[in-house]
Amino acid sequence: MKAFTQHSGLVGPMDRANVDTDMIIPKQFLKSIKRSGFGPNLFDELRYMDEGQPGQDCTHRPVNPDFPLNLPRYSGASILLARKNFGCGSSREHAPWALEDYGFRAVIAPSYADIFYNNCFKNGLLPVILSEQQLDVLFAEMYADEGYQLTIDLVEQTVVCPNGERFAFEIDQFRKDCLVNGLDEIGLTLQSAQAIKDYEKTRAAQQPWVFGAIK
Amino acid sequence: MSQTTVYDKLWDSHLVKQNADGSALIYIDRHILHEVTSPQAFEGLRIAGRKPWRLDTNLATPDHNISTDPTERAAGVAGIPDNTSRIQVQTLDDNCDHFGIKEFKMNEMGQGIVHVMGPELGATMPGLTVVCGDSHTATHGALACLAHGIGTSEVEHVLASQCLVTKKMKNMRVTVDGVLGAGVTPKDVVLAIIAKIGTAGGNGHAIEFAGSVFRDMSIEGRMTVCNMAIEAGARVGLVAVDEKTIDYCRGRKFMPAGESFAKAAEYWRTLVSDADAVFDTEVHMNGSEIAPQVSWGTSPEMVVPVTGNIPRVEDQIDAVKKKGVERALEYMGLEGGAPISSVAVDRVFIGSCTNSRIEDMRAAAAVVEGRTVSDSIKQALVVPGSQMVKEQAEAEGLDRIFIEAGLDWREPGCSMCLAMNADKLGAGEHCASTSNRNFEGRQGNGGRTHLMSPEMAAAAAITGHIVDVREFTGDQS
Ligand code: SF4
Repeated sequence: MKAFTQHSGLVGPMDRANVDTDMIIPKQFLKSIKRSGFGPNLFDELRYMDEGQPGQDCTHRPVNPDFPLNLPRYSGASILLARKNFGCGSSREHAPWALEDYGFRAVIAPSYADIFYNNCFKNGLLPVILSEQQLDVLFAEMYADEGYQLTIDLVEQTVVCPNGERFAFEIDQFRKDCLVNGLDEIGLTLQSAQAIKDYEKTRAAQQPWVFGAIK
Repeated sequence: MSQTTVYDKLWDSHLVKQNADGSALIYIDRHILHEVTSPQAFEGLRIAGRKPWRLDTNLATPDHNISTDPTERAAGVAGIPDNTSRIQVQTLDDNCDHFGIKEFKMNEMGQGIVHVMGPELGATMPGLTVVCGDSHTATHGALACLAHGIGTSEVEHVLASQCLVTKKMKNMRVTVDGVLGAGVTPKDVVLAIIAKIGTAGGNGHAIEFAGSVFRDMSIEGRMTVCNMAIEAGARVGLVAVDEKTIDYCRGRKFMPAGESFAKAAEYWRTLVSDADAVFDTEVHMNGSEIAPQVSWGTSPEMVVPVTGNIPRVEDQIDAVKKKGVERALEYMGLEGGAPISSVAVDRVFIGSCTNSRIEDMRAAAAVVEGRTVSDSIKQALVVPGSQMVKEQAEAEGLDRIFIEAGLDWREPGCSMCLAMNADKLGAGEHCASTSNRNFEGRQGNGGRTHLMSPEMAAAAAITGHIVDVREFTGDQS
């Protein structure tokens, strides 16, 4: 997995609450058996005027001029500002895949849906949590200042504004470690193979019906 | 141990290792796979040269992406007209064959929507941890197991190690006491709960549904409630074991039998929260006060009683909420202040892992029996949740009742719940739907979903508009 220590980049808006995973990547794109290539269809229904189809070349589709991320000033944005409960809805990992493929390395929001939050870490995408008030500040600064950039330092757990102001954020230690070091989580778990086997042995003795049921 | 909740007990009994950094390794007993969220996980296994840790825990079936049209289905996987869909379903078959994973293939008895299939086959048992790459996995919690949705990376993680790295959730208890009125169903109860606590109300929590309303409820009804825990933000929803749970489990395909069942049942009966258990968050509601519910907007918390009116922008105090209501009204093409029962519907969908079990089929059939779908309805789909539900419904003659009333009787799958196949709404069309999500575009680009119970959706099919099933007489005016 791609490691994340520090990132500076252009900031773009998704200024509404409860952005769901259907909005982030509509279901027709879930038919793909690949992990990549979802970027052109990120926010598809909001971003384009027509209905997108999987496998289509998006470069000639009519874009929605009112969708903020379509504005030239946000082109190349790699940090997304969002509102509360971002990523609610389905468990589709296609949502972080699409954000990442589009070019986002981090999202900053007051809260996230649990599964989406978890999925981000598996894909080198950092979901930062700041308060609603702090987001109000960031949104206001971003709208006021074309080319607005932020620096996110995961090691220090801070978001640094252009004027030098810093916002600290919380993050679970194990999630941070995996992301900072770009660890292969499965490999890490398999280091505990013996503990897993021991657990299975004890459990099978106590609850034999759990094992061997599906055949 | 005392002072523990059902969730605590399930967590403790699956803890392989507690790490110093606050994370924990949790053992997974049952893993259900489907075609949409698994291909990249299998590919990951292959690339890393890994194999499934255990085979007798995994169960797969295609459901999200398959056709429900009887003619198309009869043609098998090769007959799936859409190229990418066909490849995805074929890929599941190939991966299961390659790795030796038990799969109920598209037209095989046993196939069904993952969350209908698991419990009815007895693959879901009380006391287990159950995961699936689908957010409605909490459904299985109706049988007092720890069940939740996972992403594709975690699907791969579970395949490879039979474990998940996770963190313990907080405990929430939603107690609904009293007795439900006539015409009020489990769906109405859960919609009322979501309306009360909001779509983020359960974030970070495992919800236990307690109180007389759930004790009186059938196991299938409890599944409807647990299914929608995620719409209240909670990955986990569950109900403690009682004798109904044990009776439900007895005799199912993958369940233990004889002496082994008795031993299992003895353990299962311990899966109740202690009288002095402590919950981080408590919510209380009175079931007698719940009316049939209907969603008017684009989030499952945008719900009103069928007797109520669509909210008005000017009545909202909170600025963010105001904006949300405004946008939802615009998307839905609705006038704030109008009675919800005035909304005409174009299509009806009775199905999805929320409401496609045999009791749902019976309830909907009872409403439409001897009546005719309104001329204004373009399509009314009834999609049983599984091959077993379909077979049972046909044995009871329910398919005839639906067909004679003018509804379509389909093959099992997710269908118009997420509209990945041909079953979808056109732009601007309103749908009376028994599914679980009313997000923008969920049932088709520009489609407008109204969530409700099977009874209410059936009644809407007859009248052509949203109607209170308690006053529904079926007369066509
Ligand atoms: S019926 Fe709908 S919610 Fe349920 S598993 Fe299928 S797509 Fe997901």
